[in-house]
Amino acid sequence: MGFHVIKRDGVPTWKKWLIRVVSVVLGLLVSSIVTLVLTGTNPLDVFSYMLKGAFGSERRMWSLAQGIAILLCVSLAVTPAFKMKFWNIGAEGQALIGGLASVTCMIFLGDKMPNWLLLIVMIFSSMAASAIWAVVPALFKARWQTNETLFTLMMNYIAIQLVSFFVYKWSNPIGSGKIGVVNPNTHSGWLPVIADKSYLLNIIVVLILTIVMYIYLKYSKHGYEISVVGESENTAKYIGINVRKVIVRTMILSGALCGIAGFLLVSGTDHTLTRDTIAGRGFTAIMVSWLAKFNPITMILTAFILVFFQKGATEISTQMGLNDSFSEIIMGIVIFFIIGSEFFINYKIKKNEKEVKE
Amino acid sequence: MKKLLALVLALVMALGLCACAKEPADDKKEAMKVGLICLHDENSTYDLNFITAFKEACEKAGVTPVIVTNKPESADAKEAALDLVDQGCSLIFADSFGHEPYLIEAAKECTDVQFCHATGTKAHTEGLSNYHNAFASIYEGRYLAGVAAGLKLNEMIDSGKITKDQAKMGYVGAFTYAEVISGYTSFYLGAKSVCPTVTMDVQFTGSWYDEAGEKEAANALIKGGCVLISQHADSYGAPTACEVAGVPNVSYNGSTEAQCPNTFIISSRINWAPYYSYCIDAVKNGKAIDTDWTGTIATGSVELTDLGAKAPAAGTAEKLAAVKAGLADGSIKVFDTKTFTVGGKTLDSYQADVDDMGDYKPDTEVIKDGVFLESNFRSAPYFDLRIDGIKCLNEKF
Repeated sequence: MGFHVIKRDGVPTWKKWLIRVVSVVLGLLVSSIVTLVLTGTNPLDVFSYMLKGAFGSERRMWSLAQGIAILLCVSLAVTPAFKMKFWNIGAEGQALIGGLASVTCMIFLGDKMPNWLLLIVMIFSSMAASAIWAVVPALFKARWQTNETLFTLMMNYIAIQLVSFFVYKWSNPIGSGKIGVVNPNTHSGWLPVIADKSYLLNIIVVLILTIVMYIYLKYSKHGYEISVVGESENTAKYIGINVRKVIVRTMILSGALCGIAGFLLVSGTDHTLTRDTIAGRGFTAIMVSWLAKFNPITMILTAFILVFFQKGATEISTQMGLNDSFSEIIMGIVIFFIIGSEFFINYKIKKNEKEVKE
Repeated sequence: MKKLLALVLALVMALGLCACAKEPADDKKEAMKVGLICLHDENSTYDLNFITAFKEACEKAGVTPVIVTNKPESADAKEAALDLVDQGCSLIFADSFGHEPYLIEAAKECTDVQFCHATGTKAHTEGLSNYHNAFASIYEGRYLAGVAAGLKLNEMIDSGKITKDQAKMGYVGAFTYAEVISGYTSFYLGAKSVCPTVTMDVQFTGSWYDEAGEKEAANALIKGGCVLISQHADSYGAPTACEVAGVPNVSYNGSTEAQCPNTFIISSRINWAPYYSYCIDAVKNGKAIDTDWTGTIATGSVELTDLGAKAPAAGTAEKLAAVKAGLADGSIKVFDTKTFTVGGKTLDSYQADVDDMGDYKPDTEVIKDGVFLESNFRSAPYFDLRIDGIKCLNEKF
């Protein structure tokens, strides 16, 4: 007996979501079975650890929201590029360079200007630095049709090594290879804490960006041009869109948003910079954006799912005294199912009829 | 679609509430909870050394250990510390140098919880009553390991394998940071105390854990004529390179006898269990914890592993016992200024940057009565002199 795969269209929305929900549940089931087999823990405990990891205390919920906000910010950054079918997998490096710009301002301008001015300088220099990092591959693509996937990927490594270089150069104490918290006493260049919640400002900023990005992509002329270029460059040319201009402009936007993510991490969260500051979000963001079909509002949900499982899986490892690899296994299983569900939404599997008869 | 979205979210929230409601059932045990924040997990020899000691000390004291691993040196570390507070920990440790600023921030927020940080430098200047630093006089351990290395060199000289002038050791270090400089200098002085013609080359890797880089550095040193290698980095890179090349190795963090049976001489390590026991005891009984705590051979914090079966020179164990006794009763000082020179001169005064305020400015006189007083003004090492006889091959890190 054999099977074949056929494309399907017109799956009703409710069915799509049913498939997605079922896939998440299946992913959870399989990961709990894996946990049971490897550790002998009751699957119900596994789920309760997971929920506890994400919602177990007020602090954890804030931390969850902060995790979602930062991941969402990077995801928002890659979205316009992806919608244009420009495969920007350099968000990690772009955000890191933004962070480098922020921390540079904090170190060298910390005592030279009032904090509000410093913060403005930091935001703009981060956005500019990241935009430059993003626009270089875009210019090459627009002019010489270079492969942007490889180009943006390689730019990540340059960014990481640059950061390693400066982190060493400015290390405090000398020779330790770490910058440490910058301006711990004056707090200059630190985003202010509002309403006594250390992450609230980050979250608000990202929420606003999400709405703006939604409107930009859906209702603005730029957004329309991005969609057309993404669907077909020839159509875009035919209706008089300057494709090169759209590519370059969109990548500047993409980079600038990465810069904001880098800024929020350095100024609003960590107050330092290491080569791991972005912590792989530049890559996870691709998944967030894709799974949400490039819709910024839906991305809140996909970012939530990914961060939720990450927090939950970490808690499982802690409770069971396992190392981080275990939480990565759980994450991998769940993500496998989530991505797999998209397959079943777009295709269906049919039995080969001839063989059935035999 | 939006309705469904709302439904999914509502479901998740409902489940979340269930989880919250279940929580109190867990709080049956009244045992004191103690937290440990680790940079990596058991796969790193550095973290493993902390985790083993922590579990041992907690078991002995009958308290509940809560260990969180893979916490980067970012706001995540503060988050982890505060989360441990939420879980009811009244005493929290962190194991990595870069955790310090975040632990200080957590200590400022939770004044009724004690925070203890290994290898840090800022407790004595922060002035917080609930934030403490600790280190061990590991330079004494390295000095002893250096004695074992020197005896091995003597054996090679006596057997005619090398001449007196060829007694050159190699050292793989992570960064040009005081902790590393203090370590390799004490190792060298230990060797020199028994083999006066010894010299040493140091190669830095720019990373605490870089297996390939450490292996490469060890091989470069061997090629450069070093007949014995030691290291201050956390992978098996250097010892395995030595085993392949048949060059004797003095290890760190723990024994590498199993991996390197033909070349392993001895290893020094810090045992953190005495510090953990001390702090747990202090919190239990409401006593104050020292702002800076320095473990010594006497407290059981500085340990040497067993000698290797094949590589060490004859009579090493006896000599080590004698030197150890000398260190313990104070008749031997590791950084005795009579035993080394800087730029050809014997030092009688040196200002070190003990108050680590980020200004890199020397602030404290550390030589007294002919001895460099290491780990005296704060627990973390501050010996950063480049003494004669040691050549740093690359200072870039």
